[in-house]
Amino acid sequence: MNASADSMHLTSRTATELAAAIAAGDVSARQVTDAHLARIDAVDEGIHAFLHVDYDGARAQADAVDAKRAAGDTLGPLAGVPVALKDVFTQQGIPTTAGSRILEGWRPPYDSTVVTRLRNADCVILGKTNMDEFAMGSSTEHSGYGPTRNPWDTDRIPGGSGGGSAAAVAAFEAPLAIGTDTGGSIRQPASVTGTVGVKPTYGGVSRYGLIALASSLDQAGPCARTVLDAAHLHAALAGHDPKDSTSLDVAVPDVVSAARRADVRGMKVGLVKQLSGEGYQAGVSQRFDEAIEILRELGAEPVEVSCPNFEYALAAYYLILPSEASSNLARFDGMRFGIRVGDDGDANVEEVMSRTRAAGFGDEVKRRIMLGTYALSSGYYDAYYGQAQKVRTLIARDFDAAFNEVDVLVSPTAPTTAFKLGEKLDDPLAMYLNDVATIPVNLAGNAAMSLPIGLAPEDGLPVGLQIMAPSMADDRLYNVGAALETALTDRWGHLLIEEAPAL
Amino acid sequence: MSTAIVNPDFATALQTYKPVLGFEVHVELSTKSKMFCGCPTDFGAAPNTHVCPTCVGLPGSLPVVNQAAVEATIKIGLALNCEIAAWCRFARKNYFYPDMPKDYQISQYDEPLCSNGYLDVDVVDESGEHHTVRVEIERVHMEEDTGKLLHTGGDTGRIQGADYSLVDYNRAGVPLIEIVTKTIEGTGELAPEVGKAYVTQLRELVRSLGVSDVRMEQGSLRCDANVSLMRQDATEWGTRTETKNVNSLRSVERAIRSEIIRQASVLDAGGTITQETRHFQETTGDTTSGREKSDAEDYRYFPEPDLIPIAADPEWVEQLRAGLPEAPGLRVARLQQEWELTDFEMASIVNSDALDLVVATVEAGADHTSARKWWLGELTRIANNDSVALDSLAITPAQVARVAALVDEGALNDKLARKVIEGVLAGEGEPDEVVASRGLAVVSDDGPLIAAIDDAIAANPDVVAKITGGKPAAAGVIVGSVMKATRGQADAGRVRELLFAKLGVTE
Repeated sequence: MNASADSMHLTSRTATELAAAIAAGDVSARQVTDAHLARIDAVDEGIHAFLHVDYDGARAQADAVDAKRAAGDTLGPLAGVPVALKDVFTQQGIPTTAGSRILEGWRPPYDSTVVTRLRNADCVILGKTNMDEFAMGSSTEHSGYGPTRNPWDTDRIPGGSGGGSAAAVAAFEAPLAIGTDTGGSIRQPASVTGTVGVKPTYGGVSRYGLIALASSLDQAGPCARTVLDAAHLHAALAGHDPKDSTSLDVAVPDVVSAARRADVRGMKVGLVKQLSGEGYQAGVSQRFDEAIEILRELGAEPVEVSCPNFEYALAAYYLILPSEASSNLARFDGMRFGIRVGDDGDANVEEVMSRTRAAGFGDEVKRRIMLGTYALSSGYYDAYYGQAQKVRTLIARDFDAAFNEVDVLVSPTAPTTAFKLGEKLDDPLAMYLNDVATIPVNLAGNAAMSLPIGLAPEDGLPVGLQIMAPSMADDRLYNVGAALETALTDRWGHLLIEEAPAL
Repeated sequence: MSTAIVNPDFATALQTYKPVLGFEVHVELSTKSKMFCGCPTDFGAAPNTHVCPTCVGLPGSLPVVNQAAVEATIKIGLALNCEIAAWCRFARKNYFYPDMPKDYQISQYDEPLCSNGYLDVDVVDESGEHHTVRVEIERVHMEEDTGKLLHTGGDTGRIQGADYSLVDYNRAGVPLIEIVTKTIEGTGELAPEVGKAYVTQLRELVRSLGVSDVRMEQGSLRCDANVSLMRQDATEWGTRTETKNVNSLRSVERAIRSEIIRQASVLDAGGTITQETRHFQETTGDTTSGREKSDAEDYRYFPEPDLIPIAADPEWVEQLRAGLPEAPGLRVARLQQEWELTDFEMASIVNSDALDLVVATVEAGADHTSARKWWLGELTRIANNDSVALDSLAITPAQVARVAALVDEGALNDKLARKVIEGVLAGEGEPDEVVASRGLAVVSDDGPLIAAIDDAIAANPDVVAKITGGKPAAAGVIVGSVMKATRGQADAGRVRELLFAKLGVTE
């Protein structure tokens, strides 16, 4: 086998396989890292999944893992496995932009908890992935540094906001990536790139060091090519963090065991009536229906459930998110970090703040800051933010009622397959509608996964299925997801991602 | 209580108008760490050394509530007879300013931790009569302090017109408690005194809880005074102003008085009061216009999503209630009675911030008369000279009690005692050690005294003639000479006795 074929061989393997090979000494962590760095060099120019590749840092981390192994230390289940990090997490000394020009050149002086946990798990952080600016978007076209392209079709979007992380995993540049999901930013990119993405229960993974979009909705989670890989990464990230007050101080569900169990016999699977039908692409609905049939064949009982208040989820979301974002993004004022514009000696502090924000923020960010500022204004608060919070309560009640009857809920993850770059850029409402199925979970705070269930016949692009579980029952996602994944890959003879065109 | 000098303008104003007051008092808590991070709160560190990602608001940082600050706030609330909320949240107050790292302040808005309390304030009018005024407390809530701006260049001393400004974020995130009164009506001409008495007694109360230094000069207690006037026959309140920069107890009184006079003169001239922030000027005693508030800044408050609600366990609250110290007002009254002091004498102790020190000195064995004498006399003089607080002098109540005991025993006279205090303050050790090392004991052996008296008699024949000629008062010259010869270590009374005995004169 020649060197490039060997490195391709390494990049095509799952995280679980790589960790086992490294632990067994079949391959060094350094070789695995170098293979992925080489893959990034070979394909990322056309994909643009990465904003920053930390060659030296990644190699040093890999060498440290090899040294540990040589010293006879026990290695964890992800030791030596490369991970791509969404550029919304702080990593000490590494450029961190949240996809925004306003943070260009900023190198944080501290690690996010997600980074600390990755280090504790001996993962190798390859670099920072592209994203919609401050995670606002469903296509990664709103990045301040140019869009990421979908490895299945480079004229199409990779989803958003975590398009970089999903594309990196789909393009075999990394076996694992970290995303954040505020309204679907892990799940929708997973759906349109044929990968697996999980939004854990709110409070399941620490937000410390995650540059906030909407604090009450943001949640970090894993991106992977298989359900088991996602479970390993989930387990490495999850657990209480005293630095995040909203982090839950409860036992982490055993997601890895659940992914290995893959048994849905006797489970009730609820089909959400409000998340189907009109607005859903025919091929998406077709693959979804087939997946439900497979679940039935596996011994699950599909039942239709109604969540009437989901109808108001999008409207409520687009009041709560901009409101919180308008406040969270206030600190980007050119005073302490990031760029400063217009400090010409005559301008006063307010003018410098204003010029910096005018130059540093993109249109979508400005749009949402204005929406949020308006929604929180005195005299409007009750009608907008207050009402939206009530809707949120109603949606949580819909979930509670549904989970009294069924074990998990399912829906298509996104109404369509990947759309073309530029297609919805001038139509914010059409863009927002992409998240109609993913948003209810963020509002209620429970857990959800997207996994690939096939290609839409009309365009040959991946379709994702969303599984939703109650809060802190994240293990159910992995159990059901792994069962469906196993049945589908048995049928196809390989993972769906292996059908993606060569780059 | 100071005797009010009746200002004709003030008296006239009070004939036409009724003053309505309100106070917002900010107290910096003396917790070890800041409100939402682990940084220290010490005053006076080098700029930007007590900071971390959270208190400078770096992207991704998150706040975590300081439990000690919650406890201190509940104690203040309980001491002010407030209800303690079973469940409440923090809120974000949004506004852009460079001393505010996140461009929002984490505060409390419509869900304060403590609400609906009161403080009964003792006010003495100019005829010496006591009045109890109940100041109702609307709320006590928690928030974080801002950083400190230093404006350089320009001549305004403010951000507008400065060449550049520096920010010190050491103070950013220090726990701050805001105590807001309901409107205080019906105080009439006593309004300035009520204001001063409220802040004084609130300060004593907070101090007694041990949760803050409450030093107005260092800004750990800050008072904003709201004043409005309404005509005697009116039923609706007038427009209020909010006066800041009120940095001493006396300034509270002066600021209210001056603002009443100013508003009355505006209204008398047919003008209207602008709702605004005003600044008290220490030098002139006037208030000057600050920021206009008429365009009502919209802070876009909403519940802080980075923090979970505070749900104080009722059992814990009851424990804190049971552990509260005696209320300062009751304590002062009790001590005044025990020590049999006049109002004036008691007020002197309280106004000198010496009450705790005097009490501790008495507990260490001194009688209250000598304890008061040393703390209000020599030690207050030294503290004022050095511009430091009385309780930060390097001498303990126990040491003062020991000095007083040495005087009572006759081992020291007052002059020597002052030298012992000087030695203790200079770090020379305990009073007894200073006495020994400086050789300060009173000369009690008559031998050296008689020799010194003989010398003095020989040197002052004219004085001796006066004394023997019926003017014993002239003996002071001889006594002084002997004291000088013995370097102050003689007992003046004994010298006198020996002198008169030698001259055969009776006093």
